[in-house]
Amino acid sequence: MKFSELWLREWVDPAVSTETLLEQLTMAGLEVDSIEPAAPEFEKVVVGEIVAVDPHPDADRLRVTRVEVDEDEPLTIVTNVADIAAGEKVAVAKVGCVLPGGMKIKRAKLRGVESFGMFCSMGTLGLHEESEMLERFSSEVEAGTDIRELLGLDDQVIEVDLTPNRGDCLSLSGVAREVGVINKAAVREVEFTPAAVSSESIFPVSVENSEGCPRYLGRVIEGVDPAAETPLWMQERLRRGGLRSLGPLVDITNHVMLELGQPMHAFDLSQLNGGIVVRNARVGETMTLFDGKEIELTEETLLISDESGPLALAGIMGGEHSGVRDETVDLFMECAFFAPLTIAGRARSYGLHTDSSHRFERGVDSQLQQRAMERATQLMVEIAGGVVGPIVEIADEAQLPQPEAILLREERLQRILDLALTTDEVTETLGGLGMAVEVVDGGWRVAPPSWRFDLAIEADLVEEIGRIYGYDRLPTAHPELSAEITRNPESIVALQKIRQTLVNQGYHEVITYSFVDPAMQKVLDPDHEPLALANPISSDLSVMRTSLWPGLLQSLSFNTKRQQSQVRLFETGLSFVPTGDGLQQQRKIAGLLFGDASPEQWGRDSGAVDFFDLKGDLVPLLNPLNNGDRPLRFVAEQHRVLHPGKSARVMVGNNGIGWMGAIHPGIAAKLSLPKNIYLFEFELEPLQQAEIPAFEPLSKFPMIRRDIALLLDESITSQSLLDTVTESISGELLRDLRLFDLYQGGNLDAGQKSLALGIFLQHSDKTLTDEDVDRVMAVVVDRLESVHGAKLRK
Amino acid sequence: MITELNTLVTEAESAIEQSVDLAVLDQVRVGMLGKKGALTAILKTLGSMEPELRKETGAAVNRAKQALQQKIEEKRATLESAVLNEQLSRETVDVTLPGRSAHHGSIHPVTHTMERIEELFRRVGFEVAEGPEVEDDYHNFEALNIPAHHPARAMHDTFYFPDGRVLRTHTSPVQVRVMEEREPPLRIIAPGRVYRCDSDLTHTPMFHQVEGLIVDESVSFADLKGLIHDFLRSFFEQDDLQLRFRPSYFPFTEPSAEVDIECVMCGGEGCRVCSHTGWLEVLGCGMVHPEVFRHSGVDGEKYTGLAFGLGVERLAMLRYGINDLRLFFENDLRFLKSFS
Repeated sequence: MKFSELWLREWVDPAVSTETLLEQLTMAGLEVDSIEPAAPEFEKVVVGEIVAVDPHPDADRLRVTRVEVDEDEPLTIVTNVADIAAGEKVAVAKVGCVLPGGMKIKRAKLRGVESFGMFCSMGTLGLHEESEMLERFSSEVEAGTDIRELLGLDDQVIEVDLTPNRGDCLSLSGVAREVGVINKAAVREVEFTPAAVSSESIFPVSVENSEGCPRYLGRVIEGVDPAAETPLWMQERLRRGGLRSLGPLVDITNHVMLELGQPMHAFDLSQLNGGIVVRNARVGETMTLFDGKEIELTEETLLISDESGPLALAGIMGGEHSGVRDETVDLFMECAFFAPLTIAGRARSYGLHTDSSHRFERGVDSQLQQRAMERATQLMVEIAGGVVGPIVEIADEAQLPQPEAILLREERLQRILDLALTTDEVTETLGGLGMAVEVVDGGWRVAPPSWRFDLAIEADLVEEIGRIYGYDRLPTAHPELSAEITRNPESIVALQKIRQTLVNQGYHEVITYSFVDPAMQKVLDPDHEPLALANPISSDLSVMRTSLWPGLLQSLSFNTKRQQSQVRLFETGLSFVPTGDGLQQQRKIAGLLFGDASPEQWGRDSGAVDFFDLKGDLVPLLNPLNNGDRPLRFVAEQHRVLHPGKSARVMVGNNGIGWMGAIHPGIAAKLSLPKNIYLFEFELEPLQQAEIPAFEPLSKFPMIRRDIALLLDESITSQSLLDTVTESISGELLRDLRLFDLYQGGNLDAGQKSLALGIFLQHSDKTLTDEDVDRVMAVVVDRLESVHGAKLRK
Repeated sequence: MITELNTLVTEAESAIEQSVDLAVLDQVRVGMLGKKGALTAILKTLGSMEPELRKETGAAVNRAKQALQQKIEEKRATLESAVLNEQLSRETVDVTLPGRSAHHGSIHPVTHTMERIEELFRRVGFEVAEGPEVEDDYHNFEALNIPAHHPARAMHDTFYFPDGRVLRTHTSPVQVRVMEEREPPLRIIAPGRVYRCDSDLTHTPMFHQVEGLIVDESVSFADLKGLIHDFLRSFFEQDDLQLRFRPSYFPFTEPSAEVDIECVMCGGEGCRVCSHTGWLEVLGCGMVHPEVFRHSGVDGEKYTGLAFGLGVERLAMLRYGINDLRLFFENDLRFLKSFS
């Protein structure tokens, strides 16, 4: 909502500066968005009365005029304006004036005649963009009057950003009411004498949908002057209100809208047939809008129609042919109350947003129509003349909003605001906002005014009181804190700790969009049809990710294009996996490893990362999950996205918790990514389940280490070998088991490998003898041979 | 004899002095004090001396022996220390060479900011709650008192799915979900991703919010003001940070407020960041609307509630002087590394 400060001060003029006024509006919930001067800086532009117009002796296109201003002698001004005549009053920029845009007016000889100024259109003064025509001022304006004074240009345009609940402030009258209450200042309603009804002409109106249109007023005005022009003062108010001047008939309805908040519509009577019918659109009905756009109507749309069809989208926009135009002589004025719910969403569904729909959606005062119609009529007659017919009103009282009285309890007011107020204070505040306040036992019964659609419950009134009292003045306290200690399970690992673990391993956390490119998504997870947005922001952000990998790979790509050769990334967040009957929104953690295993540095060689760098990085994250009942296992399994020989499914007991491995070269090629990328993705839930440590007493007896080297088939996994060792040693003798060497090639046969194991034995209550250890080792070696065919290397 | 002894000692002292290393020094020691050493030889002759002379000579030899032993020890200490010094000098490294290390990672500034916020609220008894991001219309709108066609829906720029579900436009649905499941008193914060169908210089289609909620028997607007004051001053670590509460409108709170802080970039003087107003809007808040209580099954007569919602990126930008919102989601390593 944009308006002129001077106009506001005609309504209510508290003794506060502009700055204070803006502050007050903002702090009352009418947030001031901007303030701008109503006109650019300029001076020495005055009203000049043409006293003589003579041809230029040397130029056909120029005239030499004598212009009376505020100086002793009329000025000589040479001009190229053709249609200028003696007696007219126009704006004159005198010598010394600097026009907006920087042009400086000087004494100048034009084809031998000296000129002392220039005629200015409103466009030249930076007021009306399009107007290049010279504005002729009324004969009553005195020559020499400063233009700034005449047009009230030393004014500010204030724009407030209104929240959707404050439709009542979409008018000068509404803003003035707020300013009045805040400053306890009187508000001067606009005063006018309604135009006398001078004809009996009516145009019939019927309302089929009185729920959508509880009140409809129509009036015929005949014989208006098509040559009438919108007075400057009105043009200026509209301009400062952000509206263009479109001829007096439309301007008057817009002026009433800005002034009182009532959107109106003027039809050209000659275009109407039969009578007005307010009804819902029928299936298949179409109409062409005022702006030439043809739309197909839906049945929920309320229409203003006549015998020949739709004339206007009620409360939203007029039709192509039915509105008033420059030649209109007879018109039919509409002033209605449309129910907010009938209009809400309609405009948007047609891709429209108008000043009218904006107001009706939020609620127009249902008691305002009579007054608005009279105000518009009065202005119409004053500006364009015409013969006024009686008002036709169709109203369904039962459908009009019936604001119910609200009980405001003193106890509740005090409990919420922490503030005790007297009846006088409450009455003054709410009364000033147009509410009728009645004192009842324990509080007040409050009747909200017809223009407030946002006051329905007690809390609404509490806000009104707090708002006018001033939020900043309201007391401040601290919520009481119970000293009760709540549970904080030790067995749940905080996400923060998990993230920090990866950070310590050199990974940077990224945050990528949850919606991804469907093409990439399809390459990475062809098995799931991802959840697609109905209205994506762009086609490459249109489906919900089923894995965090697309975002990570995209981030890698972004960074490698910026000369980054070492990239370690991770992300936590939801993946959205469609299941048979629903959607699994699962918390995941995923990461990506690319580049060298360690940073480039002196004294240490580093190769490209491999599977075991990744596996090593994940040790601190995964190892805590390993326990007797549910061992942690890396199982060689295949995953579409991963290299078939370098991928593992990570299992805890029988549960697969995620995947890790090198990207499949085929996938990398498809996505134009480098090959040596390692990926992992796990469900977060299992990673957050920790065992609470249970201490076992330390043995006082020495630990014995025995190393064995084994020769075996290379297809046998180290895990199975280690499992056999663990199973073959009884009790709790085995304290540690290390795989410390892997050897292939050389003098070994093809298909063979050698593994070296360190076995650490210790008894809890005795020293192990060599014989004890030998017995244990014999069983181990025997089992390794019988299960895996592993031979002891001597 | 004595003269001979003196000569020997003088020579020995000179030899000790001139020893260049421990081996030479040891030869000197053996030559004088060893079993076949010069002083030992003199001692061996004592037995054949007159008792008077023997006593005198014996004493002199012993004095000489002690003196030489002390000299040798002193020299040995000097030589040993020289050896050690030489070794240490050989082992000296260039301490300015870079240390060997693994890669260093970093937490994303948005996560870091959310963690800081969580931590501040945890201290006063708040628990963290989470909710789905693909949300139903009921929890995202309806239960929050935003029925279909409500003008407030237009402010939300919602992402829809064909079945009518939405990407949550705020973290407020978590309020409803928590109240549906648990009995008051409640003290909850809900950090997380939210989505709006809007993308330009100052909007990204995904961003983060932290929602806060207290429901108890006597929570007041004054408590809300106090809580927000404390939080913002702690977050910016600025005790005199100026704040203002402006009346505003959210369908799910009544009364509602928006909170501005004095611009942390210009100290309220007015700059580009605050559009020359001196103020920055940082969060929205209010008292839980009775309709929200009703939808969530909370007795709005017995309980009152306060709620707030803040934009994490905005706070992170102000705290760390980040000048472009889009940096958060480009994940440029150069950007991320500046937060390690």
